[in-house]
Amino acid sequence: MENAQYRLEMKNISKQFGGIRALDDVSVQVRPGEIHALIGENGAGKSTLIKILSGAYTRDTGKICMDGQEVNIASPLDAKNLGIAVIYQEFMLAPDLTVAENIYIDKLAGKGKLINWKKLKQDAKERLEELGFGNISTMEKVGRLSVAHQQIVEICKCLTRNAKILILDEPTAVLTVTEIEKLFSLIRLLKQKGVSIIFVSHHMNEIFELCDSYTVLKDGKYVNNGMVQDVTTNDLIHMMIGRELTQMFPKRNAKIGEVILKVENLKAENKVDNVSFEVRSGEVLGFSGLVGSGRTETMRVIFGVDKKTSGKITFMGEEIQPREPKDAVQKGLGYLSENRKSLGLLINQSIRMNTTLASLNKVTNKGFIRHKYEKEYVKNLLSQMSTKYGDMDDKVNSLSGGNQQKISFAKWISADCKCIVFDEPTRGVDVGAKVEIYELINRLAEQGVAVIIISSEMTEIIGMCDRTVVMARGRITGEIGKEYLNEGTIIKFAMKED
Amino acid sequence: MKKNNKVGKILLDNNTYIIFLALFIICCLLSDKFFSYLNLRNILLQQAGPILVAVGMLMVILTGGIDLSVGSVMAVGSSLAAVLMSSMNVPWGLAILIALAVGVVLGAFTGFLVAYLNFQGFVASLAVMTIARGIAYTITNATPVNLKSGTLNTLTSKQFGYPIIIITILMILIFIILEKYTAYGRIVIAVGSNSEAVKLSGIRVKRYLLSVYVISGFLATLAGIFIAARSNVGNSTIGEGQELDAIAACVIGGASLAGGKGSVTKTVIGALTLALIGNIMNLLAVPAYPQRIIKGFIIIVAVLLQVVTDRDKQ
Repeated sequence: MENAQYRLEMKNISKQFGGIRALDDVSVQVRPGEIHALIGENGAGKSTLIKILSGAYTRDTGKICMDGQEVNIASPLDAKNLGIAVIYQEFMLAPDLTVAENIYIDKLAGKGKLINWKKLKQDAKERLEELGFGNISTMEKVGRLSVAHQQIVEICKCLTRNAKILILDEPTAVLTVTEIEKLFSLIRLLKQKGVSIIFVSHHMNEIFELCDSYTVLKDGKYVNNGMVQDVTTNDLIHMMIGRELTQMFPKRNAKIGEVILKVENLKAENKVDNVSFEVRSGEVLGFSGLVGSGRTETMRVIFGVDKKTSGKITFMGEEIQPREPKDAVQKGLGYLSENRKSLGLLINQSIRMNTTLASLNKVTNKGFIRHKYEKEYVKNLLSQMSTKYGDMDDKVNSLSGGNQQKISFAKWISADCKCIVFDEPTRGVDVGAKVEIYELINRLAEQGVAVIIISSEMTEIIGMCDRTVVMARGRITGEIGKEYLNEGTIIKFAMKED
Repeated sequence: MKKNNKVGKILLDNNTYIIFLALFIICCLLSDKFFSYLNLRNILLQQAGPILVAVGMLMVILTGGIDLSVGSVMAVGSSLAAVLMSSMNVPWGLAILIALAVGVVLGAFTGFLVAYLNFQGFVASLAVMTIARGIAYTITNATPVNLKSGTLNTLTSKQFGYPIIIITILMILIFIILEKYTAYGRIVIAVGSNSEAVKLSGIRVKRYLLSVYVISGFLATLAGIFIAARSNVGNSTIGEGQELDAIAACVIGGASLAGGKGSVTKTVIGALTLALIGNIMNLLAVPAYPQRIIKGFIIIVAVLLQVVTDRDKQ
């Protein structure tokens, strides 16, 4: 008989992929009705552990017990039957089906009967109301909901299957501040109902606000566990990266020079309303505001992805009319997308190919690729950025989030851009790699590149930017110099009605 | 253990070649007529066209598209070259060039629909498939066009060293180089893995999308001309179902229909694998209809092996 005080007990779990030990003798315990933080840098083994729990991978050695009974999780179906549910960052929802259908997707067609729409609607409504989200229409197509509401539907779906353990993998990465608050109250409600929750997040403040206990992993090994109330942020960071993090935002020594990009009265159909700003060589300009306030949309217009209806864009003293990204890239503008996997990288192609994609002219001669030179070139570039990888002809998706992001950076650095827009540059990146990315941004500014950072993390904006413009509803509602930059001012402008 | 893994990986990576080699040996054992100069030469002469079509198809598949029009475009190549020569007394060299130009235009039309009007490759090429077949029937009145000796069939003559085999090998080499050693080839593969990301990297994706259909149209026309050369007859009914064989050759060669993955060399081997299967069954006097059943199953087996390879790599 195992220890029955734990809802979940994972004991001495190991998992090996080829020559790499992804998990090495890791143990985790979670009590009923407890919110447990799973902490570690990218590549520490969190994802592997979750995938073992959800049945996507099988463990090599070790034991899993639930409520004192040893269980065998050999497939996702086993996990589901045991009441283990995972909410990944990419939701497992059918966008063209309604909310109600999605919630009851596995109970829709039973024994050749027709769907009882009335009952389905009723049940789904009740479920959502229990969670405090009765305002979500059960007949709306899921694809038309906001990301936050899609997440709620996903959670609701799992709960109808009597989930005893709910695993949330970086659930706040896609949410705005107010949405995060709502999600947290929902998680606390579930805790009261006795559901055990495993919460994965890179945000220390979220862990301290929400979680009861924690387990820290590093390089696939167990480091420590305990109660959150007994530790400080610095303790956790120390355990995660194995060293003190003296400076989250490293110092920058850049000379601010002439205006590189100047935008005047820019308007576009979608969320860009009379936007004007400029950014200088060596300057780091922040773009703050809520998700959907028009920051990304503005950059897409400047970059030639979307059309402008009016306004003037001046780049290096010359008016430009980018009609497609090629026009912008040729002039020396780079845009690192917020969505690394769908808009940034070729996830199934090699590290090498991704690195030189925006600067093929550098490694080709009359259209022919100089393979040997390219390998040397990529090797140098990536080592300057201290990127960790096995072989540069490995696929990008074999890398951790932080290293993937460095490949995206390398792509634009290689293109010799005069101005680079970084849209959420540290999303899905762990603390250690974050600092490295900030250092890279600083280095670019020191080399005279004009940098624009779009970020929903206010600490990042405050720590990194010389000047910040705040957007709301497609307009610039405020511009804040470094000396006045604090969360209060940003929020004030971000929430400004008109 | 580790060494074992490595050997296993090499075997899986090259399973296209291994299957082909195994099949080749089996063919040698099954029929003593198989491994003869005459038979092997005939296979090459027969397969020159289908190989080219498969290579063109691969370029389209690499971008994540598909070109169903190749069979019909072959018919246009064959018919048009023949009609120009027999009814209009165009010299055969010029007739070939005109036919190729028309093939390029047909490919460009499909490509335009895909790249600039956002048609799905399947739909655009389905339409062009019907159009091209209609053109072939119209210009020949759906009857075979006989050609004079010493014209197109020069391409298959021994005296000049079997030009169609030489041209095919040349084309294969060009496309191997294009795929592996040029920026063009790399971008085509990149477009197939994530066209939006490629566009945002400052590359004019539409032009590349258009170009692969042009290539496919060109190679299909050339294949049609080769087939006309072998029989010295222009024919509007050739190439029916050739698009499916071409797709099968790509898939046996490990290409992914989702795009971004495939190899010219392996596609050529894939086409030859299909050819061997057909050839040995003919030698063993298996009737034509059961041949298709067997061919279908062999495609399934080949694809299953590819799936295993992919899973292992993950």
